Amino acid sequence: MTKENCFDEMWGREAQLRPPYVAFDDWLKGEDPSRLRRKQREAEEVFRLTGITFNVYGRAEAAERLIPFDIIPRIIAGREWARLARGIEQRVRAINAFLHDIYHRQEIVRAGRLPVEMIARNAAFLPQMIGVTPPGGVYTHIVGIDLVRTGDDDFYVLEDNARTPSGVSYMLENRETMLQMFPELFSRNRVRPVSNYPRMLHRSLAACAPAATTGTPVVAVLTPGIYNSAYYEHSFLADKMGVELVEGHDLRVVNGRVAMRTTQGYQPIDVLYRRVDDDYLDPMNFNPESALGVPGILDVYRAGGITIANAPGTGIADDKAIYSYMPDIVEFYTGEKAILQNVPTWRCSDPKALAHVIDNLADLVVKEVHGSGGYGMLIGPTSSKKELAAFRDKLKAKPGNYIAQPTLALSTVPILTNAGLAPRHVDLRPYVLVSPEGVTITPGGLTRVALKKGSLVVNSSQGGGTKDTWVLEE
Amino acid sequence: MLGKTAGGLYWMSRYLERSENTARLVEAGQRIALTRSSADDEWVSVLQTAAVLSGYRQKYAEVTREQAIDWMLRDRDNPSSVLSVAESARNNARVVRTALTREVWEAVNECWMVLKQALARRVIERDLPQVLGTIRQRNAFVRGAMHGTMLRNDIYNFVRIGTFIERSDNTARILDVKYYILLPSAMAVGSNLDTAQWESILRSVSGEGGFQMTYGQQVRPREIAQFLILDKRMPRSLSFCADKLRDNLAYLSEDYGTRLPSRDLADALCARFLSCPIEAIFDFGLHEFIQDYLRATAALGRQTEVDYRFYE
Repeated sequence: MTKENCFDEMWGREAQLRPPYVAFDDWLKGEDPSRLRRKQREAEEVFRLTGITFNVYGRAEAAERLIPFDIIPRIIAGREWARLARGIEQRVRAINAFLHDIYHRQEIVRAGRLPVEMIARNAAFLPQMIGVTPPGGVYTHIVGIDLVRTGDDDFYVLEDNARTPSGVSYMLENRETMLQMFPELFSRNRVRPVSNYPRMLHRSLAACAPAATTGTPVVAVLTPGIYNSAYYEHSFLADKMGVELVEGHDLRVVNGRVAMRTTQGYQPIDVLYRRVDDDYLDPMNFNPESALGVPGILDVYRAGGITIANAPGTGIADDKAIYSYMPDIVEFYTGEKAILQNVPTWRCSDPKALAHVIDNLADLVVKEVHGSGGYGMLIGPTSSKKELAAFRDKLKAKPGNYIAQPTLALSTVPILTNAGLAPRHVDLRPYVLVSPEGVTITPGGLTRVALKKGSLVVNSSQGGGTKDTWVLEE
Repeated sequence: MLGKTAGGLYWMSRYLERSENTARLVEAGQRIALTRSSADDEWVSVLQTAAVLSGYRQKYAEVTREQAIDWMLRDRDNPSSVLSVAESARNNARVVRTALTREVWEAVNECWMVLKQALARRVIERDLPQVLGTIRQRNAFVRGAMHGTMLRNDIYNFVRIGTFIERSDNTARILDVKYYILLPSAMAVGSNLDTAQWESILRSVSGEGGFQMTYGQQVRPREIAQFLILDKRMPRSLSFCADKLRDNLAYLSEDYGTRLPSRDLADALCARFLSCPIEAIFDFGLHEFIQDYLRATAALGRQTEVDYRFYE
């Protein structure tokens, strides 16, 4: 694709400054580029000192890396956000209703709107969850909806993250850094705050406490430990919520409750915000090799002794094959048309779709159904003939493992480079909290940006960066 | 508080204290080597004091100044090298991040970042004073952040317990390795060599100034022993450390409302070892005394780990 047909969020398609950027552009005109570059370096120093790092698997020499932060904010108008927020809330409510349904009566299958094999033969479907209703009826307490934009009013959902969406600490730290470095920008623009996210998260989790809770709910964050790629975020969230950060070996089942070993003995936990995958959660019920989980926690869970957030088995809702059914799922459970569009998706398990994908591979993006983090995906337009041929073989060998989508002309936002401002492709992950009290969406979210010119891959594990994301007051 | 967190705080503080103590031992060793003729023997006793001699012997056949300094400051094979303990301290700080103030965490993180840089390559002799200064300064920043920003609660108590277990161990080992030059029989000798050794002992606990303020210009072994063992004003003396251990364990007892065996051990430590005149210690035998003291503090450390459930 060429740069010309991309929508730039600052300049539109025709180099016309868009309204949300007017005050920012005014400020930018008075800034000396060398000062901005100095600020950029200062920002990196702040991140390094704070220890906002992520671990890269399989690279001992660079075990901890910074996610590059770009100081040019991405700005979304209040009006634009209002529509997005409605669409996100609708989608998240549908996902929760869907999860309840497929672990209970499976009405959507009975109604013929979803083929039964999408569930029955899906590795993300947990039979242990059949008939289990989580406390408060909430499955996905925390959701990240990945959005991309292609025009003024054209947003698409790229992915739903219904397991353990990460990155929210970057959203918060990016804003803190910007407030420190450019206070004057926040005097000139009315930017909706994000800093109460940890408080909302705690409140939302506490509102889902199980029946066994006595007194104020005890919340804890479960981490795989300091070598996990997102450890910084786990400790950040526990710290900001003022709750304990626990590992599997701090926990055991005591008198039918999951309890943590404190300096004064075992104390029960009511709500566990776990950042450990389903498979590692309980060596007695899932992967027996896991040292990260708590033996027997699933039995306590099923007996109503603890809330696990997100609930086990939510992965089926963000499965990439299920994704292609999301417009139907939204309509089925909400009775309304989906406000947010899906990217057209070919399911390679379908022979006709597979043939189309193989013929048009050079124009498509192909993803693994169960993959994440940008690993194992193919971007047709930027791949060599050899890579395309190799991928064709993979597709033919295991078609059910893949979906394909057209390469979208992702919108761009300027970043600061040594040669001045230059457009780069972005996506957006807003963070959504669900509790019996309702759905809360933090204005904005995490903007990920592909730092390489022309690149469409924004994942931090693949060299992407982040930006502060502003939603302006209406 | 999680038991693991208490353990993490305790070990973070021990490692921080150890890095500073090691820097001080290297400094004293270097000083004595520069002011005497053949002094490689001195590095044997320095390595011994830092409790890293046996590891060193496995790697090197002979003891030389360069190798000893490298082993103590930056060898990854030595788990007590400054570089190793700076990293261990920081890893523990990451584990207990939620118990630390932002200031303390950043001070520990920056300490590690700066030392990793400073110790990336073998330290040449000319740079040694500056590098040792950096190690001490970085530790001072951490201590200052702790002092100025932490609540005086159980978190702080575990930090203090770790600090004083490590510090008292360090001072006791200095005395253990050098006890023979502090015996009353040595007093008669008082050669230049002895004076240099006595000064070196004081230097290895940053005690030269304090000693002079208390006892004047004349350096005598009896006073050095008194100063390092019994002087409650000296922040690295055994008595000072034991008092702090007893106090912090008492605060924990009060805070948690339970009296645990570690508190009895701390009371016994103060009563049994540190409430007698220095002459009684000489009569008992300085060497035996130090050995007993080292065993008692090690037992206290282990009991604290058990009482507060550091591990499963």
